Amino acid sequence: MAVLLEVENLHVYYGQIHALKGISLKVDQGEIVTLIGANGAGKSTTLKTISGLLRPREGSMRLGNEDLVAIAAHDIVAKGVVQVPEGRRIFGRLTVVENLLMGAYTRNDRPGIAEDLERVFTLFPRLRERQSQVAGTLSGGEQQMLAIGRALMGRPTVLLLDEPSMGLAPVLVEQIFETITGINKQGTTILLVEQNAYMALQVANRGYVLQTGEIALAGTAKDLQANEEVRKAYLGG
Amino acid sequence: MKPQRWRQTVRTGLLWGAGAVFISLVGLVEALQQRQIITGVISGGHLLLLVVALGAGISAARKHAGTGTVRQLAAAALAGAITGLLPAILVALSTVVNLRSMLVGATPQLFAVLSFARGTDALPWIVLVVAGVSALGGALTLLPGEVRSLVTTGISTLLVVGLMQEQVQLLLQTERTARIREVLFTFDGLTVRGAVLVAVVSAGFSSAWHRQRPKATRRVAGLAPEQRKALRIVGFVAAVGAILILPLFVGPFFSQVLVLVGLYTLMGLGLNLEVGFAGLLDIGFVAFFAVGAYTVGLLTTGSEIAVAHLSWWTATLIAVVVSLISGVFFGLPILGIRGDYLAIATLGFGEIIRLLVLSDFLRPWLGGSQGVLTIPKPVLFGFEFRGPEQLFFITVGASALIAFVAARLRDSRLGRAWMAMREDEDVAQAMGINLINVKLLAYGIGAVFAGVSGAIFAVMVGSVFPHSFSVLVSINVLALIIVGGMGSLPGVVVGSLFLVGLPELLREFSDFRFLVYGAALMAMMVLRPEGLWPSATRRRELHEEVPRIPEGEMVEAQEGHV
Repeated sequence: MAVLLEVENLHVYYGQIHALKGISLKVDQGEIVTLIGANGAGKSTTLKTISGLLRPREGSMRLGNEDLVAIAAHDIVAKGVVQVPEGRRIFGRLTVVENLLMGAYTRNDRPGIAEDLERVFTLFPRLRERQSQVAGTLSGGEQQMLAIGRALMGRPTVLLLDEPSMGLAPVLVEQIFETITGINKQGTTILLVEQNAYMALQVANRGYVLQTGEIALAGTAKDLQANEEVRKAYLGG
Repeated sequence: MKPQRWRQTVRTGLLWGAGAVFISLVGLVEALQQRQIITGVISGGHLLLLVVALGAGISAARKHAGTGTVRQLAAAALAGAITGLLPAILVALSTVVNLRSMLVGATPQLFAVLSFARGTDALPWIVLVVAGVSALGGALTLLPGEVRSLVTTGISTLLVVGLMQEQVQLLLQTERTARIREVLFTFDGLTVRGAVLVAVVSAGFSSAWHRQRPKATRRVAGLAPEQRKALRIVGFVAAVGAILILPLFVGPFFSQVLVLVGLYTLMGLGLNLEVGFAGLLDIGFVAFFAVGAYTVGLLTTGSEIAVAHLSWWTATLIAVVVSLISGVFFGLPILGIRGDYLAIATLGFGEIIRLLVLSDFLRPWLGGSQGVLTIPKPVLFGFEFRGPEQLFFITVGASALIAFVAARLRDSRLGRAWMAMREDEDVAQAMGINLINVKLLAYGIGAVFAGVSGAIFAVMVGSVFPHSFSVLVSINVLALIIVGGMGSLPGVVVGSLFLVGLPELLREFSDFRFLVYGAALMAMMVLRPEGLWPSATRRRELHEEVPRIPEGEMVEAQEGHV
């Protein structure tokens, strides 16, 4: 498998605070890779750095052969690395369709956008029903669907998902993870940040365990699930 | 019997009464008293107090809605009595204490107005009269909808015509209309006959309109699409025609007011683009107005500080470019600032520009406090835009052009980017929007709109002085887009008619302009936070109407409920 996204020795600071202390990871074409870890371990920081919203002080990031460190956040999106932000952060005052079209901002192939809109509506029939509703009035689960759908409208090659299960009922969490697998099967590579390590390791191929800004463990999802320490710390025994 | 309802009624009365005392003591009542509304019957100050009494009655009766006629009327009368009691106490107090040593507005004239010049003997009567009027207000709420709309239309038209009788008389000054004027007006107010006529005719028109409208709508709906299109075109042409011949009918004073409304509309469109579309709160907006005015001034003036002697048209084109550049430059240092901090930073910029043009250091180039004088009027193919009646056309043309540009921008890709940025800057960036470009464009284009306004302002006044560019202009513009409806284009026009046009016409209000502004803004935020003519997004946000799901899909939607 070809390496699609490669991050090496990433150091990120919030002012004086050293948040990421040399993270290295790679994501192969077609994989689902998950970053798990406790609060404050640096999972979201890693995602935000990859999507360009934070700047690394040191380290390299590459998508295929292209360097991601030197370019601005909006150009990273145009290259196909699209983020679903933590806490959904949909545009609450705009309608569902307007939100989705905003996701296609970097594109101007009208037929392609219409096609992808249809694809999102097929993936999430609820969104079709509510397409002209104001997004802020959607339920939590629907908002998460919308956030994912919005990111898909950018035709990502790598989809960065930040805590998609956050604040959702267990049934919905299951649904969202099913959807993630579905999107992956259609050919989108996924980097998934989750606190719900149990669910994340079930859908992922491989995983990294983050601890206070460093990678503590790495391996296939199966190995991590079997690992004694991981079980104790993140899977509840 | 619910005691808290009655307690609320007392509170309503106290509130309106306090309002009456307040407008009396700040001098508004006394100022309006100079103006006759119906000659020999009622003048402005009393009218204002009557309106307060009516308001108290209506609001008290509304709170007792559904409790029966007698109780509603009683509530209105009670609230009215309390409302009247407060000014009565004020009058009584004035005979004992010298209020004027503390409150300059507490003049003998004011107390004469409040007590109908009858001193303390009239006090019980004040309470009774106000209670009576309030009861009438309460009775108004009991009338069936159709009748109520007739009465309110009649009364409010009468109010408008009465308050603006000077202007209306000015309009009727031609030979042909002189007869009408004589019937309706004395030299300083409406005649009784005129008042009745105005009320009845306007109510009649309103009734006819309400009765005919459904029929007309149905007929239009029944037309073929081509016919409907033709109708729209005819309507559009008629509207444009009406606007174009307007200055011929209304004379120089009205034209001047309309030009001013147009200038504020232009600025409003610019600020609306920054605040309403892009969410960048800017309260130094007057800076760009100044840049436009000074550019045109310096490039066309006949005085010795002139940079060039260009025609107004060329100078305006250059002013557009200069404004654009200054907007972008202005945006650069504040790119990373958000929200409240942005407001403060922009406030600073507006003041910097004002102080620069005022400074002695730059006097040789910008004229300092003397300003730039003798700015020639624009000429086009030998036609000189001499006064407000001619400049009106330039203002209307510029407003139409810029409103069109603003509408196209709103619906463009850039417009969507602004909207996304307004909603959430971080996510907008994560959607691939280049925040730097998009922000600078918002500042630049907004500045151009204000620059055009400044260019027209310079020729309208014929000179440019630093004191025309105080922070109050920025606040005016911000207030008018809030009142009109943030992010809405027609709202800008409505807002500037309301906040710029009306105060110009009611000159007595000019001393109280900011009082009225404050009251209007507060009332707006409480009663109609989306503005007078809101944009679709704002309306959706503040009046959430979940779209109706068709029957068949209902079941499915419930089953799959998330």
